[in-house]
Amino acid sequence: MGKQLLDRRAASAALLQDRGDLLVVTGLGSPSYDAMAAGDNDLNYYLWAAMGSAATVGFGLAMTQRDKPVLVLTGDGEMLMGLGALASIGQKLPPNLTIAVLDNGHYGETGMQKSHTGNGLELARFAEAANFPWTRVIEDMAGVAELRDRIHAKEGTSFAALKIAADELPRALPPRDAVHVKNRFRAALGHSTI
Amino acid sequence: MSAVPAEEAPSWQDQILPILKSFDVRHLVYVPDAGHAAAIRAAELDNGIVSLALTTEEEGIGYLLGAHLGGERGALLMQSSGVGNCLNTLALQTMTRFPLLMLVTMRGDWAEFNPWQNPMGQATEAALKLMGVRTCRADQPGDVPHLVHGAATMAFNGDEATAVLLGQSLVGEKKWVK
Repeated sequence: MGKQLLDRRAASAALLQDRGDLLVVTGLGSPSYDAMAAGDNDLNYYLWAAMGSAATVGFGLAMTQRDKPVLVLTGDGEMLMGLGALASIGQKLPPNLTIAVLDNGHYGETGMQKSHTGNGLELARFAEAANFPWTRVIEDMAGVAELRDRIHAKEGTSFAALKIAADELPRALPPRDAVHVKNRFRAALGHSTI
Repeated sequence: MSAVPAEEAPSWQDQILPILKSFDVRHLVYVPDAGHAAAIRAAELDNGIVSLALTTEEEGIGYLLGAHLGGERGALLMQSSGVGNCLNTLALQTMTRFPLLMLVTMRGDWAEFNPWQNPMGQATEAALKLMGVRTCRADQPGDVPHLVHGAATMAFNGDEATAVLLGQSLVGEKKWVK
């Protein structure tokens, strides 16, 4: 049986289904578009640059909003640039934090050059080495559904690499005004501006 | 490499954490340096502070943005060499505008034994300014509390990026032994 890779938009939409009080940080490039395509939300924070920062932004958020689930949705290239963040997270392991990597093995934003995961590296093993109590490589929609429930359970820091097809889909562009996105995010949590 | 540690931290080091706490700082994130040892030690003993070691300094910028989105304040401690690691990630602060208070102990600045520290140390303040960070510099122990207070005020009351450069002469000359 040939291996059917996941559709990134279907997987992202399934992760964000019935999201409730879920806080979401997305990594630059396609994961930001995927989250946007699933529906803009005041509790999304989209990164457009600062490559490698998605996990650390989600980490800081999870350490302050401990009663809410926090999802970092990013790509393999973005995660590879911030691998040290997994080690830093591994020291605190906030149970409400999940990192989901949409892993197509390629740098999608720059011309589909093969990434390290495309050359056989498995990101979930880095998270395992960093003492994440739950790590998975997900290859089917049943696994995505399990991950969605895991996010909301807040039962331990989780990491999943979702094996997605290297498709270039129509872009769904989130707002680029980060001050606006910050202010609406904070307002939704009841925080004021300056 | 081995160096003889200072027998007792100068008193300005002990003043840093109380000042940060007066601004309701609850997260102290750092790549360690001798000049920050007292603040890090005190933060580790303080239940009201999350003390977090980073593998590289730019992780602290992302973390503090996340903490700000969540409604809490923090500060990033590093050595001047770490400023070089932060440059691209400083765009997060420029675009998002959130309080980013950085305390930077200088190397390659005064009586430096290790010339490998000099290139980044000499470029530190200019590099921060190029990326839009407000900088000030303390070379006298008595200036430290005043300048940290000022930088924290501008960061937290203005969603600014501010850095206090703590001159190498404050920390003292490293005594190298063979």
